[in-house]
Amino acid sequence: MYKKLQSHAINIRKNIVAMITESKSGHPGGSLSGVEILTYLYFKEMNINKDNLDSKERDYFILSKGHAAPVLYATLSEAGFIEEKELMTLRKLGSKLQGHPDSKKIKAIDVSTGSLGQGISNAVGVAIGAKIDNANSTIYTLLGDGELQEGLVWEALMSAAHYKLDNLVAFVDYNKLQIDGNNEDVMGIKPLDKKFESFGWNVITIDGHDFKQIEKALQSEKETKQKPTVIIANTVKGKGVSFMENNAGWHGSAPSIEQRDLALNELENMRKGCL
Amino acid sequence: MGLATREAYGKALVELGKENENIVVLDADLSKSTKTADFAKEYPNRFINAGIAEQNLLGMSAGLARYGKVPFASTFAVFATGRAFEIIRNSICYPKANVKIAATHAGITVGEDGGSHQSIEDIAIMNSLPNMSLLVPADAKETNEIIKYAAKHVGPVYIRLGRLNSEDIFGDDYKFEYGKGVCLKEGDDCTIISTGLMSAMAKNACETLKEQGINVRLIHMPTIKPIDREIIEKAAKETKFILTCEEHSVIGGLGQIVASVTSETVPTKVIKLGINDVFGESATPKELLQKHGLSSENIVNIIKANI
Repeated sequence: MYKKLQSHAINIRKNIVAMITESKSGHPGGSLSGVEILTYLYFKEMNINKDNLDSKERDYFILSKGHAAPVLYATLSEAGFIEEKELMTLRKLGSKLQGHPDSKKIKAIDVSTGSLGQGISNAVGVAIGAKIDNANSTIYTLLGDGELQEGLVWEALMSAAHYKLDNLVAFVDYNKLQIDGNNEDVMGIKPLDKKFESFGWNVITIDGHDFKQIEKALQSEKETKQKPTVIIANTVKGKGVSFMENNAGWHGSAPSIEQRDLALNELENMRKGCL
Repeated sequence: MGLATREAYGKALVELGKENENIVVLDADLSKSTKTADFAKEYPNRFINAGIAEQNLLGMSAGLARYGKVPFASTFAVFATGRAFEIIRNSICYPKANVKIAATHAGITVGEDGGSHQSIEDIAIMNSLPNMSLLVPADAKETNEIIKYAAKHVGPVYIRLGRLNSEDIFGDDYKFEYGKGVCLKEGDDCTIISTGLMSAMAKNACETLKEQGINVRLIHMPTIKPIDREIIEKAAKETKFILTCEEHSVIGGLGQIVASVTSETVPTKVIKLGINDVFGESATPKELLQKHGLSSENIVNIIKANI
């Protein structure tokens, strides 16, 4: 049923691994954990295409965890917003593909992000703008779990509930790991669902790698009025590459050529398995 | 005495709101002090209170600008540029977001609230950011002009406003020109370059000095960034020295900006009158100005000692 999406997801994962290997730097772990979420949004959910980027009556996506730029670039390439060959320029001098997303350089990038906590705050602003204009736009954002430690996130969450932004949907890429290790060892963020609930949000918890659950969550979100929705997506850091999975060490390091080939091989085998 | 620049700001916003439906105004629980409450009353659906959360105030403003709105965000200068600095940097200046930051209660004339609330470093901080324009009006008329200009300017603008009533120096026919200094008085003995409420004091000082036979050129500088290099270089060439006057630290303020222009092309003596690398304290605005030598009398004394 989701074969086409699964195939896009594998292409996106392969490009994430390839581009970070080529640039010799970047963040593979948290890029790979968000693949299904971005794939579903760009291929099934969002009203956004190359021709409506200048229109206000479209959907918006803001990558609040900006260090996962490779998953955004690879998805934008897969969806035809940027050319695939550009992916290999990641982080190089003169490239449109900056280390963290730069809206000045790529039209399809709605907001420049990278400094954690700011994307969700920007998303609240976009959502208020759309409310003022009575526009039929939904604003989607993807937060990291470690990112929730930023104070600004909670200022933004408070304001989204206060202004009853039911046109705002936040995903949490809950892979449980950050640079220094487990979230709960570095700075505990549990209980996530209760925290969001007490801040006035509609909370849905899912497996963030299951397209069916993503679909169901987004359908139920549409029925919620007067409240913003958060989808807490349980994910696996480094998902799809066996030696990267659940390993904080792959937060911000690039694979070697040998590791890349191993990973690409695994991903190609996965395609055979699911098709 | 005329209106405080913050009051002129509040009035200008209401006028702008009528002309331009894209104007939205944000505040952080200080709308009665920053005077955005007038706009909130007139256009409640275009006023957003962030509560006491300055980072989100500026973050939401960036999002509204992304959506095509023209947000004016207000709070005290010390919180806007201090608490929310990195949001201004990464969410506003880096992507060149069309956000206007109208920061009130700048400088020591905040008065009784004391040093914690007196911004002496906001010009230095904002001037260091690429893509930022930095404007400091001297009186109510100029504030009105600057607010209307800022709404048309595409890109980030920081407008520095004061709490204290300021002396009117401009007539109804005054037109603000972006990036240009304003020669308030010709003269060839020496030059005063001033900004904000110091321009009125400098004007009075120049009149006193004229009576004593000293002919001072007075340049008011409403645009701090981009700075008017030409008018500074001309003054440096044609007059003996320059005195800068500002209600801001002498570190990173107008004085250093002027000195950095002259040092490159027309090396000239630049004397800086401002806050001498100390924090403020509680007192009446008048007492504080006096204590820091920000007065017409002190300007007269400095000029006479150096001529």
